[in-house]
Amino acid sequence: MPGPDLLSSQGLRLDGRRPNELRRIQCKLGVFTQPDGSAYLEQGNTKVLAAVYGPHQAAKSKSLQDSVVVNCQYSMATFSTGERKNRPRGDRKSQEMSMHLRQALMAAIKTELYPRSQIDIYVEVLQADGGAYCTSVNAATLALIDAGIPIKAYVIACTASLAWKDGEPEPLVDVSHVEEAAGGVVLTVASMPSTGAIGLIEMSHRLHMDYFDTVLSRAMQGCKDIEVILDKVVREHLAEGWTKSDDAITI
Amino acid sequence: MTKMWTTKSFLTKTKRGNIIKIVREHYLRDDLLCGSGACNVCPHKDDELVLEEKPESICTLFDYPHYLILDTNVVLHQIDVLEEDALKNVIILQTVLEEVKHQNTAMYQRLLEIINNKKRRFYSFVNEHHKDTYIEREPGEKQNDRNDRAIRKACAWYETHLSICSVDGKFPKIVLLTDDENNRKIAVEEGIVCCTAKDYVENVTGAIGLIDKLSKNVIPETCSRDALYPAHLTPSQIHEGIRNGKLYQGTYRASRDNFLEGTAVVNGFEKPILLQGHIGINRAVDGDTIAVEIFPEEEWRRPSDIVLEDKADDPGDQLEEEAVLLKVAEPVDKSDEEVTPTGKVVGIIRRKWRQYCGILMRSKFPGAVRHLFTPAEKTIPRVRIETRQSDVLAMQRILVALDSWPRNSRYPLGHFVRALGPIGNKDAENEVILLEHDVPHARFSEAVLACLPPNDWTIPEEEIKKRVDLRSECICSVDPPGCTDIDDALHAKALPGKTGDGLKRYEVGVHIADVTHFVRPNTALDKEAASRSTTVYLVGRRIDMVPDLLSSNLCSLRGGEERLAFSCVWEIDENANIIHTKFHKSVIKSAAAMTYEEAQIAIDDKSRNDKVASSLRILNALAKKLNRKRLDNGALSLSSPEIRFQMDSETHEPVEVAAKKILETNSMVEEFMLLANISVAEKLAAEFPQCAMLRRHPAPPPANFSTFLKAAKQQVR
Ligand SMILES: [Zn+2]
Repeated sequence: MPGPDLLSSQGLRLDGRRPNELRRIQCKLGVFTQPDGSAYLEQGNTKVLAAVYGPHQAAKSKSLQDSVVVNCQYSMATFSTGERKNRPRGDRKSQEMSMHLRQALMAAIKTELYPRSQIDIYVEVLQADGGAYCTSVNAATLALIDAGIPIKAYVIACTASLAWKDGEPEPLVDVSHVEEAAGGVVLTVASMPSTGAIGLIEMSHRLHMDYFDTVLSRAMQGCKDIEVILDKVVREHLAEGWTKSDDAITI
Repeated sequence: MTKMWTTKSFLTKTKRGNIIKIVREHYLRDDLLCGSGACNVCPHKDDELVLEEKPESICTLFDYPHYLILDTNVVLHQIDVLEEDALKNVIILQTVLEEVKHQNTAMYQRLLEIINNKKRRFYSFVNEHHKDTYIEREPGEKQNDRNDRAIRKACAWYETHLSICSVDGKFPKIVLLTDDENNRKIAVEEGIVCCTAKDYVENVTGAIGLIDKLSKNVIPETCSRDALYPAHLTPSQIHEGIRNGKLYQGTYRASRDNFLEGTAVVNGFEKPILLQGHIGINRAVDGDTIAVEIFPEEEWRRPSDIVLEDKADDPGDQLEEEAVLLKVAEPVDKSDEEVTPTGKVVGIIRRKWRQYCGILMRSKFPGAVRHLFTPAEKTIPRVRIETRQSDVLAMQRILVALDSWPRNSRYPLGHFVRALGPIGNKDAENEVILLEHDVPHARFSEAVLACLPPNDWTIPEEEIKKRVDLRSECICSVDPPGCTDIDDALHAKALPGKTGDGLKRYEVGVHIADVTHFVRPNTALDKEAASRSTTVYLVGRRIDMVPDLLSSNLCSLRGGEERLAFSCVWEIDENANIIHTKFHKSVIKSAAAMTYEEAQIAIDDKSRNDKVASSLRILNALAKKLNRKRLDNGALSLSSPEIRFQMDSETHEPVEVAAKKILETNSMVEEFMLLANISVAEKLAAEFPQCAMLRRHPAPPPANFSTFLKAAKQQVR
């Protein structure tokens, strides 16, 4: 399984990162006023908007007696990839991504707090450059926090791949589109780093069992690193909110 | 460490033909090392100081300590010079490394090998991700110009970086080698010391023969003075011509008998296009991808049936009369069946030049440096090279690289690479055979040898626990005499009871040495073995696919020794019907490593009733039935008689050639190897339907038979 050349002989990746380095992360909470919570997140060139509505009263047909209904909708903007494609909402891929998104977030939301209610989470990928799902999960987490919905812990998703250097396996964290396209295996993990729980795990192709643990632990480390960065932003945002206007945040 | 973020964007064409913009992230770093021993700023570890603190100058043009920085073309053209030990303390920029990789993978591998050789002190500097040396392409700037600018930027950076480090004002300077005149001009303006590769190498002292390795690279189409050949079309003219159907693309195949004739197969013509004469061939060399213009039908000719060899002496830069040849080629009449579409080479799309073995034809003039070289391969033209060691080289087989073929030169220009040994010497001639057939046969590198287990390796107890223990089975191997790499072994025994049809049951196993235990995926050893892909047997010499420790010891299923194997074990009835198949890793201990002859004797000798003899008899009987079945199933048996060399036991010279005797035991072994292959293939196809590969021979095109049919027709008459 001689993988593609993802690491230079000097140990740098195609974009100049080292194997354990994340892409640049930029984010902002509360970008919209209409939804109850919103966030904008960039991981490298992957850019995602997330908005959360609720909790509000659930529609009669869906309503559950003992927990909240979580509704996720994932979509990609038509201009999100290099080649413009006609991507009607609700196509197969988006539906699958919506389900995976829901699976990851459900693990963290304290669903029992809001019986007969509903939370709607909308995620729009504005630009896709690798790891769109991960950025979506992370943005949705930020939007949930912005909406003030209680969660058990941060749900963070991150990818990892495997490269070879001098015959030794070297896992790569936070895989970019170029690396994905080069044909390396991509392992996606959505986890709650502070508890160590895994909400979702997915792999693009076969990977030899011998290397699974190294790749997984690199992805988990990536989740931890991302959590640190996002947590800092959340705290700054909250501090800002308190000082700016008293009525902006009500708990 | 801080990481700066920027993006690179460029336009590209998709498969559908749409132009799209690609934006890529590009991170710039401040933790990249300069690799110089004279630096005390970068946090080097000891083994990262590749470049010497006080490099000694060997070039009289620059008599002070300096490092060399090369541009891409210098690397591409002068790789033979770089491979010599003479030049040290060289900085290879990432810009250059990537351009080389993009343009020529073989060169790239050779460059990597030099960089990896610690003694050579070649440092690869990641200028494209260094925050102080990365530059963005300016609007309208060509990629080449941008890269030249990046190289100059890195030169300037090194110069300043090293000067900051210095306490006493003594620090290594940078010398840029580039053959691009314009680049040199700008570099001088920017205060960068530079010169051509040729000037530098010609002024190197104390490196004998280095000058011989200089590539005679000139831009062939610029030599229009005294031009002998018509100019080639430019790539864009060729592209245009092919697109509007006026030109055709093909691969040039030179005739073996006539140096002024060749052909090219092109799309749309059933027969290959005939190309004749110096002008018609216009400097195409066997294997090149060429652009062909096809003449109108009335000018078509027939392939000549004369043998024409290039002159022994160098006639100088002139082309001899082609009239004789062209006259022969004229068609007898319109209905001449042999008239072939004829054309001429108008451009070269891609050269497929490699290094060629051959001999030096010394110039008649004493003291001359220009000589002709005759390649061993008849389809390759003679080459003009320059060397000052012609009296030594004339007695040798030598290796020569082609550099260019200017319009005003009768012969292509090349340079001497290395001598292979005296003409007629067995080792030298072996070397020629290996090189001409592109067989990798260098000694295994340190990196490869580092993957090997220790010489006294024995099977660890825990490995035995993981495997099926077959050490008590009576397993034996049957091979040609003198075989030291025994890769397969067999066993057979009768099982108790009968099948449902009342037939006798047997257990038969094929055991293949488990090389995968030692050759782990993606190791240097794995890659080397993959590039060799087979063991090559010469008379009296074997070029191993994996090092000797594995091929003739740990992975050789020797008699009486415990070895790791991969086994395929069948339950089979007396009519050779397979009842059950299983595959597993195993540990075996071969009871006997036999020759075909010994095995045959054991089978035939009625007095022998030992375990080995009886299992061989079972195998032999089953093999005959398997063979019958295969043939009934439509198997094709191609007989290509194998030959054997009789070696003199003292001199190791071959003394006699004889056809190998085919014994029953030969086909016995063959039959079970086939059966194992078939079983494995069936298993693979069933378990991995998406990635199991099928090898299949398509029916040959009728044109392949034409020569044969012609010859056969003449026999009938
Ligand atoms: Zn330095």
